[in-house]
Order: sequence, then structure tokens, then C-alpha cells
Amino acid sequence: MSITIDGKECTFQPGQTVYEVARENGIYIPVLCHQEQLKPVGACRVCVVEVEKARSLIASCAMPAEKGMVVWTNTDRVKTSRRLSVELLMTQGHHNCITCESSGDCVLQNLGYSLGVEHPRFPEPTEIKAIEDGNEMIARDMNKCVLCGLCVRACNEIQVNQVLDFSGRGPTASVGPAFGVLYENSECVFCGECVRVCPVGALFEKQGRFQGRAGDLEKVRTTCVYCGVGCQMDLNIKDGRIVKVTTPRSDAPPPNGGSLCIKGRFGYDFIDHPDRLTSPMIRVDGELREASWDEAVAYVADKLTKIRTKHGSDAIAGLASARCTNEENYLFQKFFRAVIGTNNIDHCARL
Amino acid sequence: MTNSIADIEEADCFLITGTNTTENHPVIATFVKRAVTQRGAKLILADPRNIDLARFATVWLRQKPGTDIAWINGMMHVIIEEGLADEAFISERTENFDAVKDVVKKYTPEYVETITGIPAEDLRKAARLYGQADAAAILYAMGITQHITGTDNVKSCANLAMITGNIGRPGTGVNPLRGQNNVQGACDMGCLPGTLPAYKKVTEAAERKICEEVWGVALPDKPGLTIPKIMEGARKGTVKALYVMGENPLMSDPDITHVEDALSKLDLLVVQDIFLNETAEFAHVVLPTAAWAEKEGTFTNTERRVQRIRKAVDAPGQALTDWDIIARIANRLGADWNYAEAREIMDEINKTTPSYGGITYDRIEKIGLQWPCLNPEHPGSPILHSVAFTRGKGLFSPCEHIPPAEEPDATYPFILTTGRILYQYHTATMSRRSRGLTSRTPEVFVEMNPADAQRLDISQGEKLKISSRRGSIEVFAEVNDRCDEGVVFIPFHFSEAAVNRITNPVFDPVANIPEYKVCAVNIEKAA
Ligand code: SF4
Ligand code: SF4
Ligand code: SF4
Repeated sequence: MSITIDGKECTFQPGQTVYEVARENGIYIPVLCHQEQLKPVGACRVCVVEVEKARSLIASCAMPAEKGMVVWTNTDRVKTSRRLSVELLMTQGHHNCITCESSGDCVLQNLGYSLGVEHPRFPEPTEIKAIEDGNEMIARDMNKCVLCGLCVRACNEIQVNQVLDFSGRGPTASVGPAFGVLYENSECVFCGECVRVCPVGALFEKQGRFQGRAGDLEKVRTTCVYCGVGCQMDLNIKDGRIVKVTTPRSDAPPPNGGSLCIKGRFGYDFIDHPDRLTSPMIRVDGELREASWDEAVAYVADKLTKIRTKHGSDAIAGLASARCTNEENYLFQKFFRAVIGTNNIDHCARL
Repeated sequence: MTNSIADIEEADCFLITGTNTTENHPVIATFVKRAVTQRGAKLILADPRNIDLARFATVWLRQKPGTDIAWINGMMHVIIEEGLADEAFISERTENFDAVKDVVKKYTPEYVETITGIPAEDLRKAARLYGQADAAAILYAMGITQHITGTDNVKSCANLAMITGNIGRPGTGVNPLRGQNNVQGACDMGCLPGTLPAYKKVTEAAERKICEEVWGVALPDKPGLTIPKIMEGARKGTVKALYVMGENPLMSDPDITHVEDALSKLDLLVVQDIFLNETAEFAHVVLPTAAWAEKEGTFTNTERRVQRIRKAVDAPGQALTDWDIIARIANRLGADWNYAEAREIMDEINKTTPSYGGITYDRIEKIGLQWPCLNPEHPGSPILHSVAFTRGKGLFSPCEHIPPAEEPDATYPFILTTGRILYQYHTATMSRRSRGLTSRTPEVFVEMNPADAQRLDISQGEKLKISSRRGSIEVFAEVNDRCDEGVVFIPFHFSEAAVNRITNPVFDPVANIPEYKVCAVNIEKAA
């Protein structure tokens, strides 16, 4: 089965939306309130397209492809409508890009830029809301919320944490935990899925604030250091420091597909804690004193040699680590077996 | 895990037991919660505590701690009685079924109720849900293994999966959730006293051969000591030196007071870590290491997926990677190791560890591979045992209920069970140094039922003394309905009230796992 998009014949599988078919065929349709993994709602109307024989423009993210459909994604009518939608979104709140954490990685900013919306036709609301940054992890700037509902759907459909919802209508509409309480006073478990999906700068990592944004940050893909799920994540680095942890909004790899929990997303900062050990130490007269690597290595090697000579290899034992890498654990057991000559190696798998 | 994380979402029915998944494997819990709420999958939860997953459960079996074999046998009893067993699977793929059939005969739901406290009708319902599902997955964690019957508990889960043919297909399997980032890899790499890389037995000459050839030495053939035996050896003076890399036995091992005694007797204690942990208080030498974001390497997750970690920032001061330190000491002792980077160690792992034979950094650059992955063309193994079990036929192992080593009595009337909470991790050397995690972490607490609290006139937040035959600790009361009457829970993350001062140092005889999930304690107001 196929449909025609911008004159190109595109085959599709039943159940696919027009947006998905276009994307698969390399035809760009902008979206704001839609993301893979989440049910489309067609609310922001940024993804509208013209379908021949249909009277009004249609939200492509929520429209199932039907055999023989003829779709145009970039007509004047589409562009005018899209522009109007973006102008409305931009003036729903205050979008101060200068200090926004999402600048450079913001769906609304990209839309406004690509459509050349210099000055939206509509006035901004007069009220400016205070930024909520009372907890150590997730901060909110509701001046920038475009009510796309992605955070609500992510919290309910992906994480099934059932914390976020819409409340109010029209100008008083908002998203957040029930009864308008702050995140830290709600049932929120700080998985950060809502931050991941927010297309604008309304939800952001508090500790990363003013520490660097798209363009300044280098992303290094790694595996979470906490539990055995092995979630994939990106460490965002600036000036040799981890500024925040993020996951991609789309095309995220297994096993976690972009989801994390509080430990993975917000538990990284132990790494630059002042308690980190920075020098080898040897105990002298009951106290640990700093030593050089040469001294420490010699000390350990000499003691091990003496103990082995006097009491045999099996008087030496090692505890490997469920926290270290495969390469390190491999070398550790090789050291005990091949160099010391004992099988006295264990680790806390059972604990 | 026999199966993959992604395919558990395909199960029609989950049996989840001994894992507080939403707190300890939160992202796996999202797969389960989605399957239940969006696809109508059924969830059988067997857990003594009213954990968050109970909200999603189709049926919740609240067993008394330490009675798992009984209820699992009971489920098999019902499955056989009601003709829900998968006869074809049993006859083609397994052996010794009759022995299990005989044993479970007496485990009627009514008999099981007397042991476990699970209402007979609930057990029947659970057995039917599991037995009738097209694809049913068992997920478990330390709540199954940390018992003196841990090995039999695991075998019982396997019996249940085999009796219904729930193995080797998407959405099925017996899936232990590994608690730590690389506990799977540490086992795979041979950091166990009886096995070399890829679980080759140290006692078998033929199995030692690959390593002996690649390493160019003859290897010891006597199995080594497990952690509890190492500690015992240290206490008795037969173990003189202990080298601890990235572990904190002083917090994680049972009966800490004895561990302190053991460590203080050593001639050499080397502690290699990123922080000065509790164990380091006894160290003769402390070696600073690079943390995970400061080095290259791989971790193997709970679904056997080998994934990269990458260096993103520099290690502080003079800290070195663990492998570099080991190599320096080895070379000082006369070895001639010349690894320039972690990748070269993986090249050697490819040669010595058949299940990792085809896992190279190039292949896992974007997405990790699941072992067994035997050669560079092998696609990896998302599901184990799809055609045959490792040993050929799946072996049914009959198990009988054995009560926990310590049961409540007049002096110690409560059952204590231990575990983790969402906001902390293991012995908390890392997580308690994270601002976000610490901000969400309560003070060390004991979870207890309102009825017990009322009886002892204990109010919320009150400071309590919890004692066992081993010692006592002080914690704050957290009165809620998570624990049943007579049962209390304390997380083990807190060094100021290390719960392993009071846990019972008795072990599963095969796996040597301590019985952290059941011991008897008394509760009184702190002076
Ligand atoms: S952090 Fe997670 S639980 Fe909290 S509101 Fe966001 S999605 Fe929901
Ligand atoms: S907070 Fe972000 S994700 Fe949530 S509705 Fe507002 S703009 Fe959308
Ligand atoms: S992010 Fe959470 S669930 Fe994922 S590996 Fe880390 S600790 Fe586990």
C-alpha cells in the first residue's frame, strides 16, 4: 500500500501515521507535541499537512495513512497555518532565550527560526511566574511551558509514575503534580523522564543551570554506574566536569530506550566530591600517610612476597568488584591466579 | 537473565518475587508497569512487603519471609492438579519431573497457607494465571537468594518455569535481576573462587587449559575461599593478606563486628577505591582509583549485554585506573604485562573467555552485544535455552520447605528483613555523596506496621533500638503499612546504623549467600 507525499510515492504499513511515513521516506515535517514512544495527540498543530480532498488541514502525527492519500507538506496554506501556530505558542508565555538552558536544543526556537518569526503578532501575558528550583534535581520555568503535554504523557505512559497531569482550562491551564504542589512535595520519584521529553526550556536539570548548553557541551555515551539494568546515558561535559546527564529524545539504544531513574540521571555528582582519594597512602604509626605510587606499589609487592614465602599463596585473598569493569575484574583474577597462585578470589555478588 | 529486558514486555503474565523492582531496578519496572497498564498483562506479586508494585498486581501473595519454597511448590501442586502443566515440554525438554511431582503432592494450597500465611484461594488464582498464560516471565532478585535456602528457592523458580514450558521463548524465562552495575561481568570474568573466566572450573585440567595457554603458567587447581571463609580465615590467622578492589565488606557483609575482628588481624589489607570507605579504616595501604566516568572499559548488564563505558573526565590527583594499578603490582612481582589500554585486555578476554569470543569494542560501539557471542560473526544471544538447556535436558530438582535459621521467639519477637531504597545504592559510598540523592534520603529508619507501633506505644519518627543476638543499632521509626504485623524492614545503606551488625551470619550451603532476608529482632525505645 502506498500514499503520495510531495509527489513522492511512499509505501506504508497499516497503522502508520502520515508523519511516520514521511519521516521514513526522508521528508521532513516539524513536530512539537509529538515524540516516538508516546501516543500522538495532535495538539500543537505544528505538523499540519494538506491532504487532497480533505477540507481542513490535518495533524500528520495523529493521522493514519490511508491507501491512495495525496499529501502536501509545504504548501502556502500549510506554511501560513504552521506559522500562526508557532506565533501562538511563542506568545503563550515568555521565551527568554538568553538565559534559557534549552537554547540551541529547543524545538520552539528552531521552529521560530526556520519560519522566520521575528516578532509574533500577539502580545505576551503580563504575568511572570517565579522559577521553581527548590529541589536539587529538577527545576521548572513555567513561563516557557507550551502545554504540549509531553511531560504528562511521559510520566504516565513511559514511566507509569502517574504523577503529572493537566489542570485548569484556557488561560489558567497548566501541567504539574496533582493539586499544584511542587515536585518535591508530590509522589514524584525524580526519574527525570519529563525533563527528557520537554521540547522547550520549561523543565531542566537544576545542577546544570548556567553550566553550559548545546554547543558548549560535549556528550559522552556511557553506561550507568548504579544498578544492573545498564542504562545507556550521555554525560554532558564542559571544562572537564560533568554538568548533567541526558538521554536522547529519539533513537535511544537498548536496554533503556532513553529512560533512566533518579540514580542514573541525578546521582553522578559523587564524582567530584571533595572526599575523593587523590594519593596513595601507607599506614605509618597507625596513621595513613600520603606516598608515591612507586612506594605504594613496592610496599604491597614486598609484603605479598613475604607473606607468600612464609605462609604460601593461599594465605592471600582478593575481593574483586561488581563496580569495576570487565577488563579490571579479568586482570584482578588473572593476578591472583597466574601471579600469586591462588583461587582465593570472590566479590559481593551475593550481597 | 535467560531473556532480554526488551522481551519481558511481551509477557502476558509476570511472576515477580523478591524484587522491589520500582526501587532497585526502576527502568525494568517501567517495562512491567507498561505491560500491565497498557497491554493488560497479569502481574502476580509475591512479596512480604506492600511495595509499590502491589498497586499494579492482579494478585498479591504476601508470604511470611523465608517460606518461598512452600508457595512455589503450592503453585506447582495446583498446576498439576488442574492439568495446566505443559506435558509436551516436560517430556521433550526435561528430566526428573516425577520427583518434583511427588514432593509437591503434599503442598496443597491449604497446607501452604499454614506455612506461608497466603490464603489458599489466592494461591490457586496465582497458579491459574501463571499456568494459563501463553508467555509468563519470572523476575526475582535478592529476596529469593538471600536465604539459607537461596539455591533451592532459585531451583524452585526454575521448576515452576519448566513445568509450564515458560522458558526459551520471548516473554518467558527465569530472570534474576542483578543488583549492581557489573556483578554479572565480575562473575563472567572469573572473580569467583571456583571458576575461571566463562565459568570454567578450576578443578578440571581441561577447563584450565585455555587460560594456562594464553597466560603461559600452570594454574592452581584447588577451589579458593568465598568471602565468609576468607573472613573466617583472617580471624583464625590462615589468611594473612587481603586485597580489596572497589568493595566495602565492612558494610556489606553479615555480622560486621566479626568482620572488624577479621580485618584487624590481617598482616596486609590493601584497599583500592575512590573514597575512604569503612573498610579502609583497617587498611595498611590505600590506593586511589579512577571512577567510572574517568576510564574506558565495559560492564555487563543483567541481560548479559556487554556495554561500553567511556572516559569523559580526568581522574583527580594521582588516581589511576584499577587495571593500571593491578598491572603495576603484577609487574613488580615479576609478571611481564604490557597492556597499553583497556581495549587490549578485551582482546585477551576474547581469547580466554569463549562466551565473550566475538565481543569487540568495534562491534559494541553503538549497541552492546549479549553473550554467548562466540565469534566475530555471532549475533549474540538475546534468549537462552531456546532449543536446549546448557546441560541438554532441563533438570527438575525437588525442594522441600525449610524454615529460616532464626525464627521469632519471646526475646526477639520480630522478623527483620533488609534491602535497599530507591534513593540510595548498596553501601552508599557513592550515593550518599550525591546532592540530589541525599536530599531525598530519609534518616536511617525501620519500617513497621501501625498495629505493632501502637502495641509498643511507638510514634512516627521516634528513635528505636533494634537488637538481635549479634548486637544492636539505633534507627528512627517509619510507621506505615508496607510491612505486615510482626515484620520490620531496615535498608542497609547507612553506616551510622549498619544493619549488618545485627543480621544473621548463616549461609546457603551451596551458594554461600547470607540470610539477609530473615532474622529475629527485638524493638524497644532508644534510651
Ligand atoms: S521526574 Fe518522573 S515521576 Fe517525577 S514528574 Fe517527571 S516523569 Fe513524573
Ligand atoms: S513542561 Fe514542557 S513538556 Fe510539559 S507541557 Fe510544558 S512544554 Fe510540554
Ligand atoms: S538509571 Fe537507574 S535503572 Fe538505569 S541502570 Fe542506572 S540505576 Fe539502574
